[in-house]
Amino acid sequence: MKNIPNKLASMLCHAGVWAGAWVATAAHAVNDLPGGPAVNQLNLPEPATKIAAEQNSLHWMMLILCTVIFVAVFSVMFYSVWKHRKSKGHKAANFHESVTVEIVWTVIPFIIVILMALPATKLVVAQKDTTNADLTIKVTGYQWKWGYDYLKGEGEGIGFISTLDNAQRVMSAEGKPAGDNYLLKVDNPLVVPVGKKIRIITTANDVIHAFAVPQFGIKQDAIPGFVRDTWFRAEKTGDFYGQCQELCGKEHAYMPIHVKVVSAEDYSKWVDGEKKKLAAKADDPAKVWTQADLVARGEKVYAANCAACHQASGKGAGPIKALDGAAVVLDADKAKQIAVLLNGQNNGAMPGWKQLSDTEIAAVITYTKNNWSNKTGQIVQPADVKTARN
Amino acid sequence: MSAVLDHHGDHAHDDHHHAPTGWRRWVYATNHKDIGTLYLLFAFTMLMIGGVLALLIRAELFQPGLQVVNPELFNQFTTMHGLIMVFGAIMPAFVGFANWMIPLQIGAADMAFARMNNFSFWLMIPAGLMLAGSFFMPGGAPAAGWTLYAPLTLQMGPSMDAGIFAMHILGASSIMGSINIIVTILNMRAPGMTLMKMPMFAWTWLITAYLLIAVMPVLAGAITMTLTDRHFGTSFFNPAGGGDPVMYQHIFWFFGHPEVYIMILPAFGIISQVVPAFARKKLFGYASMVYATSSIAILSFIVWAHHMFTTGMPVTGQLFFMYATMLIAVPTAVKIFNWIATMWRGSMTFETPMLFAVGFIFVFTMGGFTGLIPAIAPIDTQLQDTYYIVAHFHYVLVAGSLFAMFSGFYYWVPKWTGVMYNETRGKIHFWWSLISFNITFFPMHFLGLAGMPRRYADYPMQFADFNAIASVGGFFFGFAQVYFFLFIVVPAMRGKGEKAPQKPWEGAEGLEWEVPSPAPFHTFENPPKLDATATRVIG
Repeated sequence: MKNIPNKLASMLCHAGVWAGAWVATAAHAVNDLPGGPAVNQLNLPEPATKIAAEQNSLHWMMLILCTVIFVAVFSVMFYSVWKHRKSKGHKAANFHESVTVEIVWTVIPFIIVILMALPATKLVVAQKDTTNADLTIKVTGYQWKWGYDYLKGEGEGIGFISTLDNAQRVMSAEGKPAGDNYLLKVDNPLVVPVGKKIRIITTANDVIHAFAVPQFGIKQDAIPGFVRDTWFRAEKTGDFYGQCQELCGKEHAYMPIHVKVVSAEDYSKWVDGEKKKLAAKADDPAKVWTQADLVARGEKVYAANCAACHQASGKGAGPIKALDGAAVVLDADKAKQIAVLLNGQNNGAMPGWKQLSDTEIAAVITYTKNNWSNKTGQIVQPADVKTARN
Repeated sequence: MSAVLDHHGDHAHDDHHHAPTGWRRWVYATNHKDIGTLYLLFAFTMLMIGGVLALLIRAELFQPGLQVVNPELFNQFTTMHGLIMVFGAIMPAFVGFANWMIPLQIGAADMAFARMNNFSFWLMIPAGLMLAGSFFMPGGAPAAGWTLYAPLTLQMGPSMDAGIFAMHILGASSIMGSINIIVTILNMRAPGMTLMKMPMFAWTWLITAYLLIAVMPVLAGAITMTLTDRHFGTSFFNPAGGGDPVMYQHIFWFFGHPEVYIMILPAFGIISQVVPAFARKKLFGYASMVYATSSIAILSFIVWAHHMFTTGMPVTGQLFFMYATMLIAVPTAVKIFNWIATMWRGSMTFETPMLFAVGFIFVFTMGGFTGLIPAIAPIDTQLQDTYYIVAHFHYVLVAGSLFAMFSGFYYWVPKWTGVMYNETRGKIHFWWSLISFNITFFPMHFLGLAGMPRRYADYPMQFADFNAIASVGGFFFGFAQVYFFLFIVVPAMRGKGEKAPQKPWEGAEGLEWEVPSPAPFHTFENPPKLDATATRVIG
C-alpha cells in the first residue's frame, strides 16, 4: 500500500520541482541526510521507532480517507458546475430542504470521524506510556542550546551541553549555507543505546522549547519550572536529527538536536570514556595548592555550603557559632578543624560534610583560617583531608 | 413599488443637506454605511501592511542562509504579520461588511448605537498605529509570535507593552461592535423578518458576535496577566515565581480557538448568500445551516487544547480534545454538503462573486481536511509547530476568510458604489489569486511533513526548493492584491464603470436589493412592509 503512493508522490515531486527548476538553486548541491530531512521530502520521515511507524500508517490512513472523500464530494460539485449552468440552458430546480438528507449527511461524517479516532486512541496511550524505561535522560532547553543529563540507567551521572557547531551559524549569517547537515551539526550529540527504552524528561531554563526528533516520532515541549516526559526505543543505529520546535527567541533556528544511536557495546564504551573524562575533570586530590588559590576556591565552597548558617561575615547568628576568631579555626593543629568538618559536632548541630571532596574541604578550611580577622597563614592541602578521612 | 423607492431616494437627498461633509463626514460618522466603508478601508490598509511583512518573510526564506534580515527582525515580522492580519485585517473587514450589510439586510435604518459605532471604529486607528509603529520602538516590535506565549513575552522590550495596549483597545472595539450587532439584529429587524427568515450573513454574524463577547475578555485577561508579570512583580506565568507558562496557553487558546471561528463564520454567511444567488435556487437546508453554525460555535469552546498536544497533557486530556476536535468536522461537512446541494440542479452562472465562492468551497475544504489530520493527536506529534500547520491555517484564513470577503466584495460592491466592477478584471483577480495562493501554500504541507519547524529564519538545505517555490508564489499572490486595489477597488470608489441596476444579480434575494444602487445615505427610515418570505418590500 505504501509503495504506490510513495512512487506517485515522488513523480509529483519531480514534476513540481521541475516546474520550479529555475529557482531550484543548482549552486546548493545537497543530498538526503540519513536520519534527517531528505531533499524535497514529501511525507513523514522514514520511521526509526515503532511509534513513528504507527504515526506514519495513521497518517496514510487519514490521507487516503480524506482524499477519497474530497474527490467524491468535489466530483459531485464539479459535475454540477459543468452540467447545471445557465449557459447550457439548465433551469433551476425548486427543492431546498430535506430532513432525511440532512440526517444522512450528519450521521455519515459522524461515523467516519469515529472510525478515524479509534485507531488513534491506541497510539495516544502507547505514546504516553513512559514506564519501565531502561535509561532516563533529562533534557534541558536553554536559550539556545540543549543540556543532557543521564539520570538513571547505564551512564548515570553523565551530563553535557549540546550546541550548534559554530561554523554553521557563521555560514547562516553570511548567507552561504553548505553541507547536508547544515544547521543540524552539533558539538556533542546525545548518545543512546539501540533497542532500549529511553525516557526523556524535558524541562527548560528560561523559556519554552520543544525537543523533537521526527524519525523517533517524538515532540515534547520543554517548559521552565515543570517537567514533562516522552519516550522512544530506536530500532536501528545511526544518527538522527531534530530541531527546537517552539519559538524561543532570536536563535530559535539554531538549536538542533542530534541523537546518535549506537549498539550496546559501543554505548558501554562511550559511557566508560565519558566517565574517564568526568574523573579527569574532577580535582586531583594529590595536587598541592597555593594559599591564594585555595582561599579563592574556598570562598565559593563557603558561600555554597556554610554561609547560610555561619553567615558571610563568619560571625554566626544566635546558636550558630562564629568562625571569625573561633578557637578551633585559629588552632595551630589543623587536624581539629578537619575532624569537625568531616564528622560534625554538637550532635549534628554542625553536620558532617563528608560528601564534599577533599579539595573542597581543604579549600574551605584554608579560607576560614585566612579570612575576616583570622590571619593564621595556615594552609590545608587536599592530602591532609585525605589522610584524616582514613 | 418604484414609488416607495423614489420616496426613499428623496429622503436621502434631503438628508444630504444635513449630513456633515468633508472630513467631518468621516470623523463624526454615525452612518452605518460610512462606518462600514471606513472599516473596510482600514482593514485593506492593514492587509497591505501585513502582506508586506509576509513578503519580507518569504524573501528571507527564498533561499537557505540569512540574506535579507537577521533572526531577531525575522521573528518580529512573523509576530506582527500574524497580529496585524488577525486583529487588523480580517476581524475589522468582517465588521465592515456587517456594518454595511446587516441594517440593509434586516430592513433597519441604521445600527442600534450609532455613536458607539463611530467610537469602536476610531479606537482602531490608535491601536493600528501602535501595532504597526512598534517596529520603531527601542528593541523593535514584539517577537514572541502572534500567540504571545509566556515566558518569552517577559523577555520582550517596551513594544510588548504597546502591543498589549493595542490588543486591549482592539478587544474593546470588537466587544462594542459585537454588542451593536447583537442589539441591532435582535431589536431592529423589520416587521415580518423573523429570526428564521433572516439572511445567513446576519445569522452567522449574530453567532460570531456572541463568540466575540465571550472570548475577547479572556484574551484581555491573559495579556493583562502578562503585563503585570512584566512590570508589577506578579508571577502568573513566570515559573521563577511559581507561575505556570502552560496556563497562559490554556487561557490564550480558550480565546484563540473561538477566534478561529470568529474569522470564518461570517465567511460562511457570505458564501451562503452568494451561492444561492448565482445558482438561482434557494439555499438548501437553511435551518440546518443555522443549527450547524451554532454547533460549530458551541464546539469551539471545548477544543482549545488541540493547539497544545505537545505541551504534555494526560492521556485523557489528549483523547478528550482529539475527539471533540474531530466532532467539529461534522457540522462543517454539513455546511459544505448544503452548499453543493444548493448548486445541484441550479442554473448557475460564474461571475466573480460565484468564482470566489466556489473557489472558497474547494480550497477551504482542503484546509478543513488538513485540520482534521493534525486533530489526530499522534499525527500532531509530528506536525505541531511545523509548516504543515502554517499551510493549514493559511488555507482556512486566506482561501477561507479572505476569498469569502472577496466574494462578498464583488457581490455587494455594485450596491455600495452604484457601479459594476469590470468582470474581466474580477476574473483575472480570481484566477491569479487562486493559482498563486496554491503555489505559495501547497508546498508548505510537504515542508511540514518533512519536519521543517515554523518561525525559522533559516533552514536545512533539503528544504530549499519548496521554500523557493512558496516564495515565488507569495510574491505573485501579493501582486494580485495590488492589482485588485488599483484596477478594481479604486475605479469602483471613483464611480467609474457601468451603472449598476438596483439588483444586478438575477438570482439574488434579500432586502439589500430592494433599495437603489448606490444605496442612499439613509435607507429604511420607516420600517418596510415585507412579503411572507421577508425578502421583498411590498407597498
